[in-house]
Formats: sequence, structure tokens, C-alpha cells
Amino acid sequence: MSTSLRNNGAVLLSLLAAALLVAGFALAFFWAPEAQDDPAFRIFYLHVPVALTAYACFGWGGWKALRLLWTRDERYDLESYVAIHMGVIFGLLALVTGSVWARYTWGVWWTWDERQLVLFLVLFLFYSAYFMLRFSTPAGPRRARTSAVYALFGVALIPVSFLAIRLAERYIHPVVLTRDPKIENEMLASFGVCLAGMLTLAGALYLVELAGKRADARLSELRELVA
Amino acid sequence: MTTGEKYVTAAYLVLLGAVLLYVALIAMKLSRIERELDELARLARERAGG
Repeated sequence: MSTSLRNNGAVLLSLLAAALLVAGFALAFFWAPEAQDDPAFRIFYLHVPVALTAYACFGWGGWKALRLLWTRDERYDLESYVAIHMGVIFGLLALVTGSVWARYTWGVWWTWDERQLVLFLVLFLFYSAYFMLRFSTPAGPRRARTSAVYALFGVALIPVSFLAIRLAERYIHPVVLTRDPKIENEMLASFGVCLAGMLTLAGALYLVELAGKRADARLSELRELVA
Repeated sequence: MTTGEKYVTAAYLVLLGAVLLYVALIAMKLSRIERELDELARLARERAGG
């Protein structure tokens, strides 16, 4: 794909993300009904899409890592790295917004008793350690392969972390997207738009970050040529 | 504003702050790339002239 096409993609995704997020948040605040038992429930439309986007970014990073190991094409190394970078940013946002919600609803910023919270933190820390591994090894094919293998191991944690919310014995952490009791249609639609917006925002940031890293690499090549 | 609304506002401000911080970081990166490109263009011109 050419650079201009990629940059056009980033512009289009940014505009789409802005439109979807504004629409999604407007629906969440002015159309979706309030949850009677939780005045801070509207954090749900932010916190859950952000957490799911973090999973999606880690999954995308894992997919690119698999492509690298499969094809040995080193461009996937940068793509995997940038996706995981985005995943860590969205993961941090999920932890912070979750903490704000928890402080109001449970009265604490964090609790170690909830395994889904701890598992999400483990996933976040696992991918944070990815950067330590990556930057402690000299750049080259070896670093690319090691990083890819590490990124793929992390992917195994995603279903565990995701399913823990549903399989945990204690239900302090709310499970909103259920069939019984069924979430109201207006809430589900608003949530869907917010999730689409958050995924599009992550896509736009991914393309912008990738363009920046590639520009840096080209500058380094030019510097060597001119020197 | 109720306490619940204050917490909702705080959570949404976290996202807004993160996006604005990211925009600021990208702006700094762009200005650095621009500076380096100017420097490379100057070196290339000097080389072509000399």
C-alpha cells in the first residue's frame, strides 16, 4: 500500500472515529435510559469499548506477529509493535476508567479479590513487559522473532481475561451484556456505536503511529546517505 | 451535579485528556521530523552546490 493511501486511510478513519464517538456518546447520554441502580453507569459506554479495543489491539499485534513468523517479512514486526503499543495505551485507559467507576460503585479504586480485574492487569503488565524485552535486544531479525513469539504468548491470555468476567464466581464486576436479564435495545445500540467509534479511533491512531515510525526510519536512511 | 455525574465526567475527561496528550506528542514528533528534514535538505543543497 502506498504512503498516501495509508495517510488517506488515517484521515478517513479519524473523521469516522470522531463522528461515531460523538454520535455514540450523544446516544448514551440523551437516548439510552439511565440505569436506576447505578448513577455512574454511563461510564460503561466508555470503559467497556476501551477495554474491548485493548483486546482487539493485542489480538491484531498477535496476528501481525504470526504473519512475521510465517512469512519472515520484517514489516510485520513494526506493525505488531505499533498494535501492541496501542493496546497498552487502551489497556491503561481501561484500567483508569474502570477505577473511576469502581471508586463510585464499590467505594474502592481497586480490589485484588476480583480475578477478572487481576487478569486484565496481568495482561496489561505482560504487554508492558514486551517493550522491555524489545528494547533490551539489538534491532534485527532476532529481535523481531523474539518479540513476535512473546506477542503470540500474550494472545493466549486474552480469552482467559475476557471469559474471566463471565466465569468468575463473585460478581462484583458487573456483566452487562447478557441475555438474562437482557440489556435494553437502546443501551445495546448506543454501546455498539461507542464500540465502533473506539475501534475506529484505535485504527486511526495505529495508522498515524505507523506512519510516524516509518517516516523516522526513512529519515535515518536519508541521514546515512547524506552523511 | 450529583456525585455519580462527577465520576462519569471524570472518566470521559480521562479519554479526552489522553487523546489531547497523544495529539500533542504527535505534533512534537512532526516538528522534530520537519527540523531534521530541513537539516537534510540544507546538507543536500550544500553538497549539490559544492
